[in-house]
Amino acid sequence: MALQAGTRRSLVTAGLAAPAALWLLGFLVLPFLAMLVFAFGQRAPEGGYLPAFTFEQFLNLPARATAFANTLMLAPVGAMLCLVVGYPVAYYLAIRAEPRHRLLLVSLIVVPFWTSLLVRTYAWMYILGSRGLPNLLDMIGLPDIRMLNTPGAVLVGIVYGYLPLMIMPIYVSLEKLDRRLLDASADLGARPLSTFIGVTLPLSMPGVMTGTALVTILLLGEYLIPQLLGGGKVFFIGNALVDLFLQSRNWPFGSAIAVTLVVVVVVVLAIAMRIAWRFAGTRRVDLV
Amino acid sequence: MRALVFAVYLFLYAPIALVVLFSFNAGRSASEFTGFSLAWYSKAFSNTFLIQALVNSLVIATISAALAAVVGTMAALAIERMGPRMRTIFDALFAAAIVVPGVVIGIATLVALAAVFSVINPAVASIWPGDRPPQFRLGYASIIAAHGLFSMAVVTMIVRARIASLGRDIVEASSDLYATPLGTFRQIVLPQIMPSILAGFLLAFTFSFDDFIVAFFVAGSNTTLPIYVFASIRRGVTPEINAVATSVLVASLVLIFAARLLMREKKPRKAGGVE
Repeated sequence: MALQAGTRRSLVTAGLAAPAALWLLGFLVLPFLAMLVFAFGQRAPEGGYLPAFTFEQFLNLPARATAFANTLMLAPVGAMLCLVVGYPVAYYLAIRAEPRHRLLLVSLIVVPFWTSLLVRTYAWMYILGSRGLPNLLDMIGLPDIRMLNTPGAVLVGIVYGYLPLMIMPIYVSLEKLDRRLLDASADLGARPLSTFIGVTLPLSMPGVMTGTALVTILLLGEYLIPQLLGGGKVFFIGNALVDLFLQSRNWPFGSAIAVTLVVVVVVVLAIAMRIAWRFAGTRRVDLV
Repeated sequence: MRALVFAVYLFLYAPIALVVLFSFNAGRSASEFTGFSLAWYSKAFSNTFLIQALVNSLVIATISAALAAVVGTMAALAIERMGPRMRTIFDALFAAAIVVPGVVIGIATLVALAAVFSVINPAVASIWPGDRPPQFRLGYASIIAAHGLFSMAVVTMIVRARIASLGRDIVEASSDLYATPLGTFRQIVLPQIMPSILAGFLLAFTFSFDDFIVAFFVAGSNTTLPIYVFASIRRGVTPEINAVATSVLVASLVLIFAARLLMREKKPRKAGGVE
């Protein structure tokens, strides 16, 4: 009756893994396959799905070229802005800040990331809306400046929403940096700027890479920020998808766009990992 | 440099502060503060649609986070015991669950469930003895399942990090002292990974409670709090939304601080003994 130890061991492992495996299969693998099937199908006249095997939907992708162009432009630009704003903050926190204040200051950066993105984006609708900043500018004699529903508004929202995600990985890689290297560089007569360029910056590259890749990838699928701050004028792939699924009800075309979005994400991820390999020793980032 | 960093903190917190401030505005205006009042809170929380959305969100977040905590922890323990090949497959699937954009998860789940329902519902109807066969449709269950996917992956990641920092020596000591595997698990392993499981649960809860885009696709005719807030924003900006937004912020802050406390409770020890 006694099972062999090895058999028993693998039975227990299988039992532990089974619920997760079923969940992954039922709500990740199968849905993705269903989406793939839809993407090669045809739209039924009333908006449903007609079984087919056609590349029609993929050939039709240029119809949403603007959404792709906006996303592929504004996602990397937004990530770069986050980097430009976030790097000095990460540098200050890791190198300059007083150790006893560090924990609090770092927490204050992370906390907004875990609160509702919807609410945080709403805050900017409020500020950039006609009764916010434009109203103030009007009072000091600069009338008719529209801020909401412009690419600039979307970029502000992006930096606001994703800055913590950029700062944390850079902070982690700077914090590990051996201070003696900086002292050594200074002792050898390097000026602060050349120490930064020759020592600090290269050693923080893993964090810079991780942060940039994370932010870019998440931005590729963004919906709320362009929806609320771009107001239908500056829209991303995510906005096109919501339109195709919930308004125009063209599921096969929407599926083709969603499949393409996943391909774009995978390509960006592959490029990022390719570059990251060159900076060995990347550590996992602790976001909480 | 200091000034720049200060400006970034101001940039991060001033907009939130503004939303909170105007939630206490006595007047209707979203730009002119005319006096302190809690009127918008009482108005918001006497709105039955809002309350219904809030209850839906709480139920969905609780169930999906609890399921994710249990299933994710089991998966984390299982992955530790697996051979390299199975481990790679699970790693890839969990990574996909985290990396694939929410909008795609929502769509894929919607498409798949619509396809399944279109087969199952007529089939059930044809064999149902009574007049009113049950209809499967989008709702609580589909949101819970779709949120649980991401949450489970997050829990697995956190718990695995904790397991990796556990000392193996104490586990071996336990079995040397004739504890059964289950006894060792209950008395040695579980207490040590419990804080990470709870932290995973709280993060999963926060994610589900704040998620808009996944629920937007798979909610069917149900409303969650973010869906309600989104719909109200499109109708126009009023202090009532600020009151709801402030409440949502406070709720997520409480959760996130609880999660951070739990994860800080014990400093991870260096992995000792035999790996």
